[in-house]
This record gives sequence, structure tokens and C-alpha cells, in this order.
Amino acid sequence: MKDALGDVQSVLVLGGGSDIALATLQQLVSRGRLRTVILAGRNPDTMAGARDQLVAKGVTVDVVAFDADATDTHQAVIDDVAARHGDLDLVILAFARLGDQKEFQAHPAQAAAVAHTNFVGAVCVGLIVANRLGLQGHGTLVVLSSVAGERARADNFVYGATKAGLDAFAQGLGDSLVGSGARVLVVRPGFVRTKMTTGLAEAPLTTGPEAVAKATLRGLASGAHTVWSPPALRYVFIGMRHAPRGIWRKLAR
Amino acid sequence: MTLAEPSAAGPLIVGAGERGVLARGLGRSYGDAAQNAGGRIFDMPSLPPSIRLDGDLGEAVVGAGVSLDAVMRACVRHGWFVPVTPGTRHVTIGGAIAADIHGKNHHVDGSFAQHVRAFGLTLADGSHRTVTSDSPVFWATAGGMGLTGVITEAVVQMVPVQTSKMLVTTERAADLDAILSRMEETDASTRYSVAWVDLVAQGRQMGRSVLTLGDHAPLDALSVADGRQPLQFNPREVGGVPAVVPTGLLNSWSIRAFNEMWFRKAPRRRVDEVQSIAAFFHPLDGLRAWNRLYGPRGFLQYQFVLPFGEETRLRRIVERLSAGGAPSFLAILKRFGPASPGYLSFPQPGWTLALDIPANVSGLAGLLDELDRTVLDGGGRIYLAKDSRVAADSLPRMYPRLAEWQAIQQHLDPTARFQSDLSRRLHLTK
Repeated sequence: MKDALGDVQSVLVLGGGSDIALATLQQLVSRGRLRTVILAGRNPDTMAGARDQLVAKGVTVDVVAFDADATDTHQAVIDDVAARHGDLDLVILAFARLGDQKEFQAHPAQAAAVAHTNFVGAVCVGLIVANRLGLQGHGTLVVLSSVAGERARADNFVYGATKAGLDAFAQGLGDSLVGSGARVLVVRPGFVRTKMTTGLAEAPLTTGPEAVAKATLRGLASGAHTVWSPPALRYVFIGMRHAPRGIWRKLAR
Repeated sequence: MTLAEPSAAGPLIVGAGERGVLARGLGRSYGDAAQNAGGRIFDMPSLPPSIRLDGDLGEAVVGAGVSLDAVMRACVRHGWFVPVTPGTRHVTIGGAIAADIHGKNHHVDGSFAQHVRAFGLTLADGSHRTVTSDSPVFWATAGGMGLTGVITEAVVQMVPVQTSKMLVTTERAADLDAILSRMEETDASTRYSVAWVDLVAQGRQMGRSVLTLGDHAPLDALSVADGRQPLQFNPREVGGVPAVVPTGLLNSWSIRAFNEMWFRKAPRRRVDEVQSIAAFFHPLDGLRAWNRLYGPRGFLQYQFVLPFGEETRLRRIVERLSAGGAPSFLAILKRFGPASPGYLSFPQPGWTLALDIPANVSGLAGLLDELDRTVLDGGGRIYLAKDSRVAADSLPRMYPRLAEWQAIQQHLDPTARFQSDLSRRLHLTK
């Protein structure tokens, strides 16, 4: 159960290898209320590091197999987690693939696969989690969106489009839960230094996973429906959203 | 959900789903004690009010959903007052028992449940029984936060009063040492006693306070005008706080200004002023929805007790609060007398400090955890009816009889039909 200052005791991470999710869990651990973490993902190896770090801090960690692409298995995974661990105070939807825009253009089927993971998979498990939180009457689903979804860029518009879809989905899901006690928190980071972005050129206002985690925790405590990381991006994109296309094309290069 | 009559609770309890059921009174617990996410709530105040007073013995049989306000309005005019009242009249009899509440007279008269002879309790299996104060079930329910059953009505021993007025002595204390020693001196001779502490003042003024001491006024203390209707009791609200209040209205500056004014407005010493019951016991009831003053982020209440002899730790906490930028304009210090037999009852002999803090103060979680550790190390505890953030693993140390309570609770409710957000957050039930 979440307390009055936004601290949670049980967390399910969908995409358990996520650097941002791990940073969030580390900050939650240091606040002294976190008891149970369920790391769900396709590859147990990518979650072993996070598991060991959390176990060393005294947290009970359960690693479960979860394939975002296999939508027909999602219900069983969530049901099993809820049956074994009880109420989920926080669910972090953290899985996504970035892909390579040039590859996508050469092999469109790869783009479709990424769209399936980032959007279709997220829609399916997002709805299942929302149903579960609605039954509990409490709990927050954190959806890791991206400013890449705010406005498409020529060099990563497939990824950006999946995040635009995810962001719209998450907003609507959040509104549909009003009155149930459950909530959705949309987190919109800018460029974050993580495993996923290794080797890419950094954008202005680049941060680390810790900054996104901090923004997420702030949103949990205040009950916000959206947080940006860094917060300044919110105001940057108020302008960017309305910039004429020609100017945006130049800015976003 | 509303009930037509108390006896209707049984089938609804038995039919509760996996999220369980909980009786709720007027929702004045500051935390999550009366919430049940995803489950059922019995709205006890929606039951028809029932108050039957034996005017000779002062025994009142009162429905669990009836407020202390209603009890006072019905009984004061017959010369009977509630044995214990908290800082608001807007709590129910059921809630008063479930939290085993205390008032300004705890050092003399103990907690609320110590004045309850018996209550009706609807249990997890839907059966109903009358529980008397010689039973362990009584003391598991008193302070049991609603997790043993639904209290339906209670027999309360009221206290006789000649008038509806209080005789109040007010005095200032220059610092923490002064207020502690003054309260120690006056305790034995005073029935009602409480101090407002300025938790913003620092340095030599740290802990400066306004002490109020009172007792029910005898008939001959009243003016001729008041004496015509000595038992009249009809308190009104003077106003309310609008629904929309700017964020940050209560900040360290405005609270500092308020505290300065409040301290200076108090007389250095004023003896035997005649005050109304409402002014003495329930000043905030005059301002409807005062909680809105804190804006949309709201506030937290923190109340702990530290045993006598732990004044050094009490001082450390006051120092930490006054230096730590957690501004509070409502900090109340009081001395507790002997504990009640309640397994989870809060009061134990010692000093209790209750304070409000705006929830948006940065670093608040860490600060309160630090205070918790000091309280724990001193053998104290925090009050469940007000808590919304204590760490669950502190609880067995704060409440050494928790395991005994859990055994009784488990026996009464083996399938967890009674649940609350508090019980989930603190893992109170097994």
C-alpha cells in the first residue's frame, strides 16, 4: 500500500532490465518502505544485476518470464504475479526497443516488430494491469513514454511513433481509471544515457536514469498524471510542438 | 454502503469479497485507517441516530455511528458530559472505541474505552454479541482500528457537570524546559491540561508554549446571564474555508507569523476564565473544512508518545522540528497517565506531541523516519489513528502486544473479512 508521501511497498517492472526502472527502484529502496519487487522480462540475464543489487538491500525479488510480444500470455503472467504477491502498489511499464531507423527503412518488417513490442504489447499488458489495479482500488501504473513521441523526427520516427501511440494510450487509460483509486503516471523523458542509447549522439538536456527516477518519484508523491524529465522539457516542447515543420526539421536534425 | 439498521451488517460481512469490509465513521482519522481500497465500507453515520440516556446514572446507550457532537447536544442539557473528548466533536462512538481515543484529561481519566461498559459487536461470521470490558475481545476491539468486527452500539458512562462552561487558566511558558516543568507541577491538580507549542521558534525561545488548564465550571462560577441557562449547549460554526485555496498558503513564513501572533495574544497568566465547552475543547470545529487551508497537497499529522524520563529525546525532536524547516502551527503537547488494557491502544505514561505538517515539505519522509527512530529508541510509539507513513517493521517494537492482538484478531476473523488500507500498509493482520 502506498503511503501518504508516495512511498510504495511492492513494485512490478515490465521490462525488468530497464535502467530507468532500476534507478527508480534504487531510490525507492533508500526511502525504506520497499519490500517486494517483481522483475518481468524476456531475458533473465539482463535482470540478474538488478536482482542482486536489490536482494543485497534486503528486498524480496522475484524474476518472472514475460514476453511483451506474446500478448496472449500477458493475462496469465499478471494473474500469477498478483496471486503470489498480492496487491501491486506500483507497476512500471518500461519495455521498449529503439531499433535503427536506417534498418527499418531497409527492412520494414523489423519496424513492424518494434511497433508490435512498444505499442501493441504495451496496450495489451497496460489494459490488463489497469484492470488489476482497478480491482485493488489503488496502485499506480507508470508508463515510460518519451519526448520522441511529442513530435516525430526524421532520424527515429518509427520509435517516436510507437511512443506517440503509447503516450496517447496511457493518457486515455489514466482518464478511464479516474474514480477507481488506481492511477496512471505518464513519464516523458528526453534523451537518457542508458543501455538502449549507448553509442548515440546526445541531445540537449540529456540526463541519466537517476533524473528520470527522481521525476517519477516526485510524480508519485504529488499525484501528478504526467512528469517530464528534465522538467524544463515540458516548456521546451510547448514551443517545439508549434514550430513550423521546416524549422522543426532543422532543429531536430 | 449504507445500512438500514445495525443488524443488517451480518449478511453483508459474510458476503464480503476478497477486498473485505470496514466500518467507517466520520473519517476524521488523518491517515488511511477508515479506507478500504477496492472493498466495502459501512457508512455508520448513515444509520438512524440513537441515544438513550439514563438521567440518574449517567449511562448512555449510543449507536456506533452517532457523533460525540450529537451525544453532547443530547446529554449536556441533562447535566452529563462525555467522559473523553478529542480535539473535535465530529468523531463517532464506534471510531472513538476503535481508536481508543484520548483527550486533555488522559492523565486523570484515561482513554475513551475505559469509560465504556459494553458494546455490541457484529463478528466476521455474521453473528452478533455483546462484549463487556472484562473480555479480551473488548480490549482487542478498543484500539483495534475496526479489524475485529463492526461495533453497533456502546454503553458509555457519562460524567456529571453542573454547567456547560469551563473554568480555564491560561499561561505562557518561555521555553521547552519551562513548559515541561509547569505541566508536571500542575498535572495532579488539573483535570484537563494541554499545551500549544510553537515549533517554529528557535534558540532561547525553542519550545515556547501556551498552557491551558481547565475543569468544568460549577454553577456559582457563572455570571448571572450565563446562570439562567447553565447547561445550554449549542455550538455553531463561525465560517468555513472555501474549496479552492492557493497552494502554499501555509508556508514557513505564514506559520511563523501565526505562531508569533498566537503566542503573544495569550496572556502571561489568566486564572479562571469562563469559556464554552466548544471553545475549550474544539476550537477548530468552529472553522468548517479547515484542512483546506493546506491546499491541494494537504498535510500530515504526526503524533508520538515518549515515556516519562525520555525528556532528552523529546527535546531532540523539538529541536529537530524547529530547526528542520518542517513548519507546524498546530503542535499540541500533553501528558498521558496510565495505559488502558487495549492491546493496540496508543496512550502510555509519558509525553505526547501531535503536530500538523504541510505534505509538500521537501525531505519530509526522511525527517519523520528520523523522528520515528528517536521515538523507538526511547520506548515510545506513534498513534495509528493519525499515521499515514510509518514503516511497518517498526510496529512490533512500538506495540509490544501486537502479536497477542494478532492472535485474537486472527481467531475472530480467520478469513480476513475486515480489511483497511491501514492494515494493508502496516501488515497489521496476518
